[in-house]
Amino acid sequence: MSLNIIVLAKQVPDTRNVGKDAMKADGTVNRAALAAIFNPEDLNALEQALRLKDKHPGSKVTVLTMGPGRAAEIIREGLYRGADGGYLLTDRAFAGADTLATSYALACAIRKIEQVDIIICGRQAIDGDTAQVGPQVAEKLGFPQITYAEEIIEVNNGKIIVKRRLERGIEVVEGSLPMVVTVNGTAPDCRPRNAKLIQKYKYAKTVTEKQEESEDYTALFDARPYLNLTEWSVNDVDCDVKKVGLAGSPTKVKKIENVVFQVKESKTISGSDFDVEELIKELIANHTIG
Amino acid sequence: MNNLFVYCEIEDGVIADVSLELLTKGRSLANQLKCKLEAVVAGYRLDGIESQVFPYGADVLHVADDERLYPYASLPHTSLLVKLFEEEKPQIALMGATSIGRDLGPRVSSALGSGLTADCTALEIGDHEEKKEGKVYKNLLYQIRPAFGGNIVATIVNPDCRPQMATVREGVMKKEIVSPDYKGKVNHLDTSGYLSESDFVVKVIERHIEKAKTNIKNASIIVSGGYGMGSKENFDLLFDLASVIGAEVGASRAAVDAGFADHDRQVGQTGVTVRPKLYIACGISGQIQHIAGMQESSMIIAVNNDCNAPINSIADYVITGEVETVIPKMIKYYKKNSK
Repeated sequence: MSLNIIVLAKQVPDTRNVGKDAMKADGTVNRAALAAIFNPEDLNALEQALRLKDKHPGSKVTVLTMGPGRAAEIIREGLYRGADGGYLLTDRAFAGADTLATSYALACAIRKIEQVDIIICGRQAIDGDTAQVGPQVAEKLGFPQITYAEEIIEVNNGKIIVKRRLERGIEVVEGSLPMVVTVNGTAPDCRPRNAKLIQKYKYAKTVTEKQEESEDYTALFDARPYLNLTEWSVNDVDCDVKKVGLAGSPTKVKKIENVVFQVKESKTISGSDFDVEELIKELIANHTIG
Repeated sequence: MNNLFVYCEIEDGVIADVSLELLTKGRSLANQLKCKLEAVVAGYRLDGIESQVFPYGADVLHVADDERLYPYASLPHTSLLVKLFEEEKPQIALMGATSIGRDLGPRVSSALGSGLTADCTALEIGDHEEKKEGKVYKNLLYQIRPAFGGNIVATIVNPDCRPQMATVREGVMKKEIVSPDYKGKVNHLDTSGYLSESDFVVKVIERHIEKAKTNIKNASIIVSGGYGMGSKENFDLLFDLASVIGAEVGASRAAVDAGFADHDRQVGQTGVTVRPKLYIACGISGQIQHIAGMQESSMIIAVNNDCNAPINSIADYVITGEVETVIPKMIKYYKKNSK
């Protein structure tokens, strides 16, 4: 049984490697100082999708991402690893969306894609850590969900069996398609980029990217239609403009503050035998330990 | 109507700590708002469950007792809460930022079209002005949470949509009994009016849930290690020190990501918040997201070879040296002097 699989992926600033220049003097985030990467758990999700494709020949894996024009990189990254195509949902009207407005836009886009069997995405993105978009998309589409997935064990005859990793154990659940699955970081890493696929797709571009190119690749894109990456705007996916972007977000950011901690006056000691023993004696004497 | 709701999680007939912590916080917020605190428990064989909930100050407990509601599954619990919230119209709904709350919360918020803020580290009541519209909103829930890997703290409000929903991690709020004799009203829900057959398309076919192995949240001494421990072997030194001085072992996110320790030992914004009397941070540089989860420790000792590590600025004692030589010395001199 061949499957139509959508992978939801997000381009995120690499918040795990925050340098000293990550914050501007005024306390706002200096996005330019943070590398834009494929959200790590979305890569785990992509791997689960590609494994399903390996097991079910004829299946199709499509990457759907929402973001600014440069997020087309996420689709190329997916193609390099084995995805079959992708859509970039991009429009100024989507900007400033909270998780609910984001999931509404994604759900509208997914409705444009015919006969979706499984939607797979990372559990959460590292820039927000909310884990909300997957379940919110599922609810908007009226699909059931399996969150915290570590392994999609089997898909057969419209049934899906998934192993979930919870705080204190595991659960194996069975559901029916269509299904939304959100994948944990504990799932296997994504396969690396494939050299042949890089060669094949390195010129893949969206319409906007093509317009920004100084050279004319029209002939190339006509000869190789798979290099055309689809861009969708608000109008292309039949969104209600009032429900997307900042305007469509029920949550509002009231205030953003830099994190400041109370600095203590600390006593610095060396790691010498004498210093360590003196400290331990003191801790025992004042009943902190022992 | 217009009350504050807490969704209570249950495992083996016991209400989760995080839910009791939220009831405690919910009680104080409800007092400020002059509204009632209502709790929801959904599961199976819940006779007498109210005795676990009322001491924390709940005025009403909604009980949905049905074999099909345990163990937790997304759709039936979502249907139950969505319908109940449509009837009761709470102004605020809180749940734990656990694998259950983070599965359920977004689904419910999506169905109700209301805003949800994940992993709040503080909840307060305050006013809000939408300057563009010239509108002032009284007594909103300030949902305060870290963002951007903990580098900033954002205050989020939901001006128009109800309920205002938020999740909070275990250990962030403190649980406190209002009175052992506090009595509320039990409202048994007829589940047939809330659930439908299509809610049961996902079935649990296997389940292995262990009791919590570690109890770092309640430990009075924590020995914690970071990426600077260098290897799993070095990290295991912390278990030696912990067993000698009677401590629990914690870890930073980087150490957990590197595979040095299990996730249930993670201290910080995306792990557990701890307040021990002594916190020994070994090979931890002190990322904001870690410090936020341990800064309320009574005493902090940092062991680090980097004299500029951010953690040093909040430590009472900084031992400058290599962790693999300092920790064995701590063990040795504790054994020598503790008699």
